[in-house]
Amino acid sequence: MATSLPNQNIAARKRPSRQAWGRVIVYALLLFWTFVSLFPVYWTVTTSFKVAADVTQGHLIPWVDFTPQWRGWRSLGLSPETIGQTSTVRDEFLKRFQNSVVISVGASFLAVALGSLAAYGLSRFQYRFGKLGNRDLAFFFLSQLILPPVVLAMPFLVLYRELALLDTRIGIILLYTLTVLPIVIWIMRDQFQSIPIELEEAAFIDGASIWGAFFRIILPIALPGMVAAFILSLVLCWNEYFFAALLTSTNANTLPVMLASQTGSQGVNWWSMAALATAAILPLAIVGILLERYLIKGLTAGAVK
Amino acid sequence: MPPAPSATASAAPVRAAPDPARRQAIGRGLFWAATALLLAAVLVQGLHSAGWTGVGFANWRPVLYAYVLWSVAVCASQVLRHGQQGQRALFVLPAFLFTLAVVVFPTVFGLFIAFSDWNLSSFTGRQFNGIDNFVAMLNDPYYWNAMGNMVIYVLAVLVQYAIAFGLALLLNAEIRARKFFRVAFLLPFMLSPVAVSWMIGKSLMEYRFGPLAQAARFLGWDSPAFFATPWVARASIIALDSWVSIPFIMILLLAGLQAMPKDIMEAARIDGATGWQSFWKITFPLMLPVSVTAIVLRIIFQLKLADIVINTTAGGPGGATDTVTSFIYREYRDRSNVGYGTMLAEFYFVLIVIFLTVLLALINRWMKRFPTT
Repeated sequence: MATSLPNQNIAARKRPSRQAWGRVIVYALLLFWTFVSLFPVYWTVTTSFKVAADVTQGHLIPWVDFTPQWRGWRSLGLSPETIGQTSTVRDEFLKRFQNSVVISVGASFLAVALGSLAAYGLSRFQYRFGKLGNRDLAFFFLSQLILPPVVLAMPFLVLYRELALLDTRIGIILLYTLTVLPIVIWIMRDQFQSIPIELEEAAFIDGASIWGAFFRIILPIALPGMVAAFILSLVLCWNEYFFAALLTSTNANTLPVMLASQTGSQGVNWWSMAALATAAILPLAIVGILLERYLIKGLTAGAVK
Repeated sequence: MPPAPSATASAAPVRAAPDPARRQAIGRGLFWAATALLLAAVLVQGLHSAGWTGVGFANWRPVLYAYVLWSVAVCASQVLRHGQQGQRALFVLPAFLFTLAVVVFPTVFGLFIAFSDWNLSSFTGRQFNGIDNFVAMLNDPYYWNAMGNMVIYVLAVLVQYAIAFGLALLLNAEIRARKFFRVAFLLPFMLSPVAVSWMIGKSLMEYRFGPLAQAARFLGWDSPAFFATPWVARASIIALDSWVSIPFIMILLLAGLQAMPKDIMEAARIDGATGWQSFWKITFPLMLPVSVTAIVLRIIFQLKLADIVINTTAGGPGGATDTVTSFIYREYRDRSNVGYGTMLAEFYFVLIVIFLTVLLALINRWMKRFPTT
């Protein structure tokens, strides 16, 4: 369990005032939750370097109670000695990995492009499509969020079979775009609303067209928000399992599908599952660590009106 | 097909079009030509797939291309015919046409499937069977059991919210290494629920060797089977789901906390309010709008909960952890029972719409009564 020794020492040296104890508790709680958040990840990463005995005996700390070995990564064909050789598992993995990258990046890109344009329109202009006003349009877009995936699954299966889009990347990209579009519009509308309209008015006076003002003035300002929307979409698409499991079979299935299909069959071959899980979560973990502040900033605008 | 939008001008200069009549004509011509093309494609392929004519395409893909072409033509004709207003319409039109295409057909077709007896693994194909599926649904104990579970899972959102609020307060306190803690707390949200099902559900909680099971033994629980009895299994699933989704609520709440005016808290401190008082009297009421957003969003996501259940327990033991989505997933995947599964899904969708409408109405009413907002 996590302890907060350094802080207790500091607190012990001074007279333990109320405030000092408060700080000790705050840091203890922080460290405790850090442990809760990181331990499963730590466990997975280390397990991918274990052999059977280390798993059954519950060894936890590398180099202290077990010697790390490439066991798990070798089974994936990604360890140093197997990286040069041909490996069917690695080819399979890389294919799934590539699918995941193409699909999640493609869908996020499409959603951010469509969603940002729509959000900008909704935040700046008054529309009337027949009886539909801005509020109805916004509701139309945002209400797609509550559509449960099970409702779409079967019609899409039939539709995609007729369109020859079943088990293709582009089919999954379109579907994922639909599922993340409401979130993108939700974030981007508040982003655009927080940009003062005077900026465009000045651009119009200088002779810019509507689209010119949008691309030259507004887009650069709204870029951090778009990054946030992009990351959020990326997370949701990369991790999506339900549609991928139902609508793909051999060509277009993504990492979660591969992961799920391995889960049952591996038994206590934990090292190979751990290596696979590590490889599946690593890209987003890196994205998360590098771009976390954009995510927070973007959602700040989304959540706080 | 959307009629002409009319946008009220904000502050854009009015430019004289070179030849308005000609542009109008081109725009209109373009629109009707594309419409004719789309209709022709639908007609040709419709007749072909009905078996009435021999002329046609191998699949419906060309109709999709025709729709894309039609969408482009609609956008172009808007600009040609309505100038500036058309340019404004161009912002929402792509998203609108996209959503229309991918949502309208599936929902309409879904209703069609829902009222038919259609099992993909049987050879009889689709047959209309009226309300048989509906009657079967009413008498399906497993479906209603899954519904009952959904109530529990949705209620668990409140617990997640409470924990997330605590974490957001911690991160908003004056602490060192704030960025480190923020990244660490956020990390679980980035991870795939399928991976998490294995990482926690299938290995950390594994009965024999899982560290969590070992720890539970150490703490005096003799047989730490996390997925064997209904309530323990439900609690385990909720714990797994919370681990992934608490960070999401936490970010939203943290954003709210950081946007809160500092001087109010300062004033409260000077007036001698304790931490507890200033939380309940100031922080919590000010955070209500953000809280409501976070909770409603989370409930919407929670109603789709499936990945973790499918991959950890497959609904077991005895359906105790089943969500509606995971139950219907098995209906599709294992029993290929498309007609019945879709009826379950459509009914669930109707329930969700009613539930969320009522919930939002109640929240609106309740928020109005609140003094500070």
